[in-house]
Formats: sequence, structure tokens, C-alpha cells
Amino acid sequence: MIAKTFSGGVHPKGHKALSENSQTVRLEAKGELTYLMNQHIGAPAKPLVKAGDRVLLGQIIAEAGGFVSAPVAASVSGTVKSVGLKMTQSGDEAMAITVENDCEYEAVEGLGEPRDYASMSKDEIRAAIKNAGIVGMGGAGFPTAVKVTVKDDSKIDYVICNGAECEPYITCDYRLMLEKPQDAVLGMKILLKLFENAVGVFGIENNKPAGIASVSDACEGSERISVVPLKKKYPQGGERMLIKAITGRKINSKMLPADAGCVVVNYSTLIAIADAVSRNIPLVRRVVTVTGDAVKNPSNFDVPIGISAAELIEAAGGYTEEPEKLIFGGPMMGAAVYTADLPITKASSCILALKKDETAGLEPSECIRCGKCLYACPEHLMPIKLKNTADAGDYAAFEAAHGLECIGCGCCTYVCPARRRLSQTITMAKRYVLAEKKKGAAK
Amino acid sequence: MSKTLNVSISPHIRARETTATIMADVIVALLPAVAVGVYVFGARAFAITVLSIVSCVASEYIYEKLLKKPITITDLSAVVTGLILAVNLYSTAPWWLPVLGGAFAIIVVKMLYGGIGQNFMNPALAARCFLLLSFSRIMTDYPQIDGVSSPTPLVLAKQGTVVPISDLLIGTHSGTIGETSAIAIIIGFVYLCVRGVIKPREPLSVIISTGVFVTLFSLIQGIPVTLNYLAVHMLGGGMLLGAVFMASDYATTPVTPWGQVIFGCCVGFITALIRCVGGGVEGVSYAIIISNLLTPFIEKLTAPRPFGVRKERAEK
Repeated sequence: MIAKTFSGGVHPKGHKALSENSQTVRLEAKGELTYLMNQHIGAPAKPLVKAGDRVLLGQIIAEAGGFVSAPVAASVSGTVKSVGLKMTQSGDEAMAITVENDCEYEAVEGLGEPRDYASMSKDEIRAAIKNAGIVGMGGAGFPTAVKVTVKDDSKIDYVICNGAECEPYITCDYRLMLEKPQDAVLGMKILLKLFENAVGVFGIENNKPAGIASVSDACEGSERISVVPLKKKYPQGGERMLIKAITGRKINSKMLPADAGCVVVNYSTLIAIADAVSRNIPLVRRVVTVTGDAVKNPSNFDVPIGISAAELIEAAGGYTEEPEKLIFGGPMMGAAVYTADLPITKASSCILALKKDETAGLEPSECIRCGKCLYACPEHLMPIKLKNTADAGDYAAFEAAHGLECIGCGCCTYVCPARRRLSQTITMAKRYVLAEKKKGAAK
Repeated sequence: MSKTLNVSISPHIRARETTATIMADVIVALLPAVAVGVYVFGARAFAITVLSIVSCVASEYIYEKLLKKPITITDLSAVVTGLILAVNLYSTAPWWLPVLGGAFAIIVVKMLYGGIGQNFMNPALAARCFLLLSFSRIMTDYPQIDGVSSPTPLVLAKQGTVVPISDLLIGTHSGTIGETSAIAIIIGFVYLCVRGVIKPREPLSVIISTGVFVTLFSLIQGIPVTLNYLAVHMLGGGMLLGAVFMASDYATTPVTPWGQVIFGCCVGFITALIRCVGGGVEGVSYAIIISNLLTPFIEKLTAPRPFGVRKERAEK
């Protein structure tokens, strides 16, 4: 079978071998846990507890702050130490609840109680997903309940599971393909119950043959579910690229996947859906890859959300040498941080520690007009032109050149032989234009 | 913590290619053509090539030094310009010709317009045309092959003489230093495509459109079009060299995929016009620098349609 894909993109070195054969290890938090209120896109969650309160494992400690938002559940039992501002991976501060782990893991009533999704109504399934606080676990953190709530369920003909895992180094989804394929298929079946006319498709990059085989086996006997191998290429896991590869349909920045008859859910998220709906377990744990050449034993850990990244690095044997760069997420879109004392969020897929920061000291030189950024852009934009308009402060021209279509994948900066910081400038300009629009709308 | 962590905006990794590695690839791709040139025309061809390169690099260095700008000769682009100028000259050229040409290419055509990537005309070709216009007698002084002064295949073809295709392929005929051997240039072309430096569409559209337009104009004028006649037009007279190394120049040709095809067709059209309708013999150099002027316009017309964005109707 020919692997499906999109046009454009880049082929960075995968480095998956570092951690792909490490069986997922379950880890409990030794220190305190920090639950950020903005682990998702949208309105921050609102704390429901105060300092001194005792919380139980699985208890909702913060409620959704709006329609596009998600509640937060405690991943341990213990005492609330504080409710206040904490540092996030972006270097910003956000409201957070800190819980002292009492290591008793006393759970709320009904946690883990099996439920049969087949006997649940669509509304009950959606409520279960919403109350479990599930958000996109691939990195974007979009609330899943919002994703699976569309205008017309019957118009959805594809439920796509994003198993591309196209960022280098990250292997958490891959491990779950090998270790929990049944759960993912269960999650898919649950979503297919919401969308009666849809087929379920697992899109998995062909650099993971064992993952494809494992999930294919688990799909056996489910007529509406199949696995589609995708070409190994970054950003294959971009939502728009994935939809194009699997269905041939294209959406732009003003459209939602539902406009193309699609609902796209990340692989880990699908397992979280299965846990929430059929076992009544909210999103309290996730698998995180800890890797990079500075990590002693690159590993995949099943950790409670809110645990400090420093604990994960310690569990991976610590550093072989002090890293020069520490990244939350993958090397293409992840956030570089200056300390490991940051909490794991629902969307943290990877902690990457690199001995060398290969971008340090790279001075941009003049554009040679090689066109590589054009050919790499999965959105078929002209990054060279967007950067020029942004540098000139001509935001009208930036918008006219479709700058708002940029998905920020970083391919243009990655390929640029003159080391120009294309995606960085474009992302800034995009933020500025969007902020101005918001201001305009508010007036 | 003993070491501070670096923080920067993603992406945190980069592809290996740099401006210098790309230029190095172009240099490597030009080597077969230069080697054949030196083999066919002797040591003088080598001397001309070295002079041209030295002149280009020195011009860039001195210009930047005098204007207190950062020195950019390590990006190797001046070496490429020097090489391309050299392969466009006859080995009979006096020593000052490549020196003057190199200085003109770098200072007037490249640096005065802002340096690498900013020039709107191919520096080496503009220099060649400048030399052709200024010193037309010296610039058309064909070198001797086996002790006999012989015109280039295109001149011979225009006179009705048949040039064996094997000569065109191997390069044992008169011409500029780098243009004679089709095989050597094709090796360079394949290398550039494999290394991802250029896309095949630009050179191919130049060569194919030249064949089409030459056939068209010849038929209109009642000139019989034979396979040999076409081969001479499509392989001879700097056509291949121009198509592969000059019509694919980054700075002066469109970056858009369709723009490159249209650009190639413009070059083919103008070349055929010069060769068949006008009185010229060669024409590729002029065709390319004239087409260079159309580049911004072609690029604007052929901007790619963004992913998932439908054609906008006039709505207001």
C-alpha cells in the first residue's frame, strides 16, 4: 500500500530509536503536583478548591472556564498547598493549584467503575468526555469535548486518529500503539457511536511498522475502523495535512475539520476517551517521552499530570552531561525552557534534553531566493514574502499574502540555508494581526 | 545549575544545507564542464577560469572592505559567479577580459544592488553581455581546435554545415570554455537535481521551449527542420550551459514553481527569436538577462494558492 501524504514538508532526522524500545514505566510523584489552569487552548479553568482542602484522586479541582475550556482533575490524593500563580513552559505565569501528595491515592467514588458505552446516549458520552477534562494530548491542547460537538453528527464521515507522531524524538504515542491498541480502538468505537455515518481511520506514519501492525490487529473485526499508513514526513500530524492525506480534502484557517466532514483526535487522546467513557477515569495521567542525547536512559513514563518534569528526568537516570537546551515537546514546535521545575500538563508529550543547542550562534544572512521555504511550506505559502512584509511592518500585505494561514510548523526556518528566522517572524506578525483584529472586534 | 539553558523560539533544529554548501554544490556541478574545457582548449582555458574566479572574489572582498561591510566571500557565491563567467568566455580571451568581466559582474551587477540575492540580473551573464557589446571582436574570437580555427556549431548550422551530434555530446568542437560538452553539463545538471539545489523544471522548460519555438519560427520561414538542426539548437551555443546554470539562478529567476516554467519558456522564446528571426547566432545569454527583468512580474502572477484557500471571487 502506498503511504499517503501531503505536498511540502521536511524530513528531519527522527532520533526515535533513543526511546522507542523503552517499555512505558509507571511513575508516581514524589514531590508536590502543580495543576495549571491553562493546560488547554481557550478560557482557563476556574479553581474549585482552596489552600488546606483535602482532594481525592480523580476529584475535579477546577471547572471549565467557558465553552472552549476544560476542567482539571487531581491525579493524586492529598492536601491543597496553594492556589496562585505559577510559571508555565512559555515563561509566563498562570493560575495553578498545588497539591501535596499524601501517597494514599484515595480515589473519588466510582472512579474506574466500568461502563458500557453502547448503552450510553450521545449526550452522556459527550458529557463524560467533557467532565473528564480531556484535551488534545498531541501538543495543541484543544478541548476534545468541543471537537466532538459539531452542528450535524450525520455530516461527519471520517473520524481520524492522529497517530503520525511526526515530530522527531517523541515516542509516547508509538509505545501506546504497541501497549494499548485495544484501548485506542475502544476510544474510536466510542467516537463512531457519536458519528453514525463515519468511518474510523488511524493515520500512522510508515516509520512505525510495528505500530501499524499492532493497531491493525486490534482493528480486526471492526468493519468501520481501518489503519492508513502515512508517509514519514513533518508535519504529517498537522491537522490540515492529516485530513488532506487521508481524505484528499483541504481546509483553511477559517474552517474547522468538521467543515470537511472530519473529526481529528490524537492517539493518546483516544485512549483518554476510552478511559473516561468506559471506566469513568478522568484525564489524570499521560505518557511522556523523556529523551535526547543528554538523558542517561531515554524512557517513556506513564505519569500523573501535574508532576514536575525534573522528577521525570531524575527517573530517566538524570543527565549524562548538563544539557544546553531543554525542550517541552519536539524539536520542531516545542518550547525551550530554562528550568525543569515545570509541571507536566495534559498536552506535554515529551521532555527533550539536548547536549548541544544547534541553533545557538546561527546568524541569519541575506536571502538567496533559493525557494526552499516555498517548497517546504505545507500551507503552500511564500514564507520569504511573508517575512519581507512583516519586517517592513506592512501587515495589510502580510494578510493579503495569506499570512494568517501559517500553522507555525517551522519548516521554512528549518530548511532556510541562509538561516533566516522565517517562521519566528511570521508567527509574531500573525499574533500581532490577530490581536489587532480582536481589538477591532471589541470596539 | 552549573550551565544555563538556552531559550529560543522553535524550531530547535536546522537542515544541513547552508548558502555555502549550496554554492559548493554548484561549483562541483560545474567542474565536469570546466574539465572538458581545459582538456579541449588547453591550459589557457584553465588560466582564464582562475583569473575570472580570483577577480570576482577579490572584487567582492575589496568592495566590502572599502565600504566597511561584513565580508561575505566565504559563502562561495563569488566563486560561482567567477566560474560561470569563465565558462562563458572563449579560451582565446586576453588576460584582462575575465578580470574586467569579474569586477563588472560583482561590483556593478551584484554589490551595487545590495549583494547576494538582491541583484535582478545574473551577474556573470550581465558581465558577459557587457563584454560582448564592448569588445565584440575579441569576444567572438573562436578558439582553434586541432590547430584549425573553426566557428561554433551554431554558426556552422546557420551556414548549412552539418555538425555530428557526437561532437556536441562529447565537446570536441569550438565554443566557450564550458559550453561545448553536453554530457559534462548534463552530469552537472543531474548532480544539482539529486542534491536538491535546483528543480529539473527550469532547465527543461528552457530547452524544450527553445526546441518548440525554433521549430515554429523555422517552419514559418521555410527552413527545413532536421533532427540534427534541432539538436544543434538545443545542445549547442551555450543553450545547455545557460539552461542548467544560469536560467536556474536563484536571485534572478522566479521562486514559484509555475513561475520557473514560464520563465524557462520566456528564455526559449527569446532565444529562438534571436536565433531564427533576428540576426544573432547565440542568443541564450541575452534571452536570460531579458527574462530576468520579467522575474518579479512572473513571480507575482504565479504565487501559489495557499492550502485549502479557494479562489476568491470579487466580493464587495
